Amino acid sequence: MADDFTIAPGAKPRLPRGVRLTHSEAQGGWVLLAPERIFKADAIAFEILRRCTGEATFDALVDDLARTFDAPRERIHADVTKLLASLAEKKLLEL
Amino acid sequence: MAQARNQTKPLGLLAELTHRCPLGCPYCSNPLTLERREDELDTATWARVCLEAAELGVLQVHLSGGEPGSRRDLVEIAASARRAGLYTNLITSGVGITARTMRDLWEAGLDHVQLSIQDSDAISADHIAGYKGAFQRKHALATEAVRLGLMLTINFVVHRANVDRIIEMVDLALALKASRIEIAHVQYYGWALKNRSALMPTREQVDRAVTSVEDLRRKHQGRIVIDAVLPDYHARFPKPCVGGWGRRSLNVTPSGKVLPCHAAESIPDLEFWNVRDRSLADIWASSPAFNAFRGTAYLPEPCASCERREIDFGGCRCQAFLLTGDARATDPVCHLSPDHDLVAKVAEIHTDAPYHYRR
Repeated sequence: MADDFTIAPGAKPRLPRGVRLTHSEAQGGWVLLAPERIFKADAIAFEILRRCTGEATFDALVDDLARTFDAPRERIHADVTKLLASLAEKKLLEL
Repeated sequence: MAQARNQTKPLGLLAELTHRCPLGCPYCSNPLTLERREDELDTATWARVCLEAAELGVLQVHLSGGEPGSRRDLVEIAASARRAGLYTNLITSGVGITARTMRDLWEAGLDHVQLSIQDSDAISADHIAGYKGAFQRKHALATEAVRLGLMLTINFVVHRANVDRIIEMVDLALALKASRIEIAHVQYYGWALKNRSALMPTREQVDRAVTSVEDLRRKHQGRIVIDAVLPDYHARFPKPCVGGWGRRSLNVTPSGKVLPCHAAESIPDLEFWNVRDRSLADIWASSPAFNAFRGTAYLPEPCASCERREIDFGGCRCQAFLLTGDARATDPVCHLSPDHDLVAKVAEIHTDAPYHYRR
């Protein structure tokens, strides 16, 4: 993945149909289900992904997370960009 | 009954709804002796299997065949799978599924469609499938799936007759708006084993194909995901078949037999249990077939002391049996196997005999 991947502030990240966040008792947590792929979502990834509904903008999403977790916005911005970019590259997220 | 140690939970269920299929691909993964329509599980039993699978921890179900569209209750089965909470994937040849059925599947909550195409060239594709007009119908189905907003994977099985057209295959998948493409070299079991020398690519073809896939991945990064199944007769290490025997997946045949992998019946004397008689959880935990090769304790040298033992689990049990006569042997695809020269020799045999079509 390119490190210089940027996401427009007004982009509205959305998990497309065919990519689903679901809870799995057997796996002991949240998982992201995709074509021929299963990704375990840790607590942070889960909080990010559950906000990718196509309604909130990228900016609003970062603000929301920074507020909710009382964390520096820059760090949240970097973490969210990294996760969303890697999913977008795999065609598992619409931006 | 010996209880298997270190038992894991399965993640995937391959549901072979039927062995019926209009196509005759010479590398079909179904067994040489196809199960009959009158022996197929009914709709309610498949619904129960889906529920039991979800309870067991399975996350994804692959509705496959044969051609799953040969079953009139495909939509009902897909709806049951979705109601059970499973990620529901349809693996289809595209022949036998109408636009109407596709729409009904979409309404039933289908998550993903995987469509096989036999070649990027229409005439060659229809020849390999043994079905005139198949290529055109696949095209139509892909268009309909994308129109409905379904994610689409195109699967190309590659072999000597088509492996030189990987670039064109990727172009076709892009034109069809697929989000993912699988370039899968033929695996030699069942029908493919019967057609091995007619399908076997040359070493030069394999080398070109591997380079080509790497180039195409770079070129199309972010536009399409390219997954490749390696040509294991030409590999140095064996594949971790089904992620390890009885570790991650299970396969239910049209008549309800539960197998650790779709080729498992090629190993003689394994006792398979049936979903008509027992629950999936009971079968997963205690079926003799599932426990036959669980773990790595049974593996001989060179696997026993190999650092890759927990990576590839000694390779594929079916392949070990088919090539050496011993299902516990190291998969001879591995260059460390004492039987590796068997594979090297077979990989050099190419004949242009007509295909034995799957019928």
